[in-house]
Amino acid sequence: MHEMSLCEGIRRVVDQVAGSGDITRVTRVRLEIGRFAGVEKPALEFAWAVVMRGSKAEGATLEMIDLPGRALCYDCMATVSIDHRLDPCPNCGSGKLMPDGGDEMRIKDMEVL
Amino acid sequence: MCTVCGCSDGEVEGHGNGDGHGHHAHGDIHFGQGLAGVAVGNMTQERLIEIETGILSENDRYAAGNRAKLTAMGVFCVNLVSSPGSGKTTLLCATIRAMGGGAAVIEGDQQTSNDAERIRETGAPAVQVNTGKGCHLDGHMVGHALDHLHLHSGDMLFIENVGNLVCPAAFDLGEDAKVAILSVTEGEDKPLKYPDMFTAARIALLNKTDLAPHCDVDLDLYESNLRRVNPTIDIIRVSARTGEGLDAWLGWLRAGSSAKHTARAAG
Repeated sequence: MHEMSLCEGIRRVVDQVAGSGDITRVTRVRLEIGRFAGVEKPALEFAWAVVMRGSKAEGATLEMIDLPGRALCYDCMATVSIDHRLDPCPNCGSGKLMPDGGDEMRIKDMEVL
Repeated sequence: MCTVCGCSDGEVEGHGNGDGHGHHAHGDIHFGQGLAGVAVGNMTQERLIEIETGILSENDRYAAGNRAKLTAMGVFCVNLVSSPGSGKTTLLCATIRAMGGGAAVIEGDQQTSNDAERIRETGAPAVQVNTGKGCHLDGHMVGHALDHLHLHSGDMLFIENVGNLVCPAAFDLGEDAKVAILSVTEGEDKPLKYPDMFTAARIALLNKTDLAPHCDVDLDLYESNLRRVNPTIDIIRVSARTGEGLDAWLGWLRAGSSAKHTARAAG
């Protein structure tokens, strides 16, 4: 979708945090990405290498931690975990599911030298 | 001084002001060359630094500022999202004419001010935001556009997003509701192909219903697919050409606006 914009957002935060103190290099950045966040991981990896050029995080490893997709079933009213947006309710088989988790896009932490 | 990001305002096209975008003399704003800075507190520790910040936190901060400003002004705001060619601008012009006043528009497109000009022909004020290569409006762009509109309490603000069913779903602009527009020529399974946008929307307008008899489409199937990805979505069948459904759509807007005013009065 807009992985380049997302990477620019990550770079701004990383630059801010790495710009303070005596950090010379960022070696790893960990993100938490929900299954329904609409993020295309290979595109984010590609954008990462391009966008981080010239920053303290150039060459840093990008690690993406998957967070599960959650939805509320409007037939059995259970909150269920699903892998794909159009999966039926694992509880009752209904197709009327409203996502209520799994759209997270967070920068969790980073390792620095 | 711009109140959104602190950049100097009032730039004419072609003269950079150092914040990566120009402010047009005609109220058209162009982006696409860069973004403003972000302020995040220092959190340095030893080797592992906890950040726990949303990737879109900067956008969300601008959006929250827009929302607070619109609430303080008593303006109800909807973000119109759809594929290119769904009939957003035509429907918007018909909506504004039917309202008979009290509407303002922020128009988002990659290029041209054609849509803003079409809106201004209805008599409503419109600011065109060109995103350059950008595929969506963001909170920062809308904040700038708000500075160019003179809104009054009770006005409705329509933000016509860039035609794109993917990216605008993730970017809060400070609106009260996203309105998805889907035309009957696009295929009944569009909500299943692009579920995120229809999940993010509070209402879907099924547009160009006057064309339905010529397209062998099943309007009930459109509706059941919309409810499959969003069981709580409101749906109104409309035609900008014949005026079908416009009363129901205006009723939905007025109900949203008065609910906002009631909530604001209750503090």
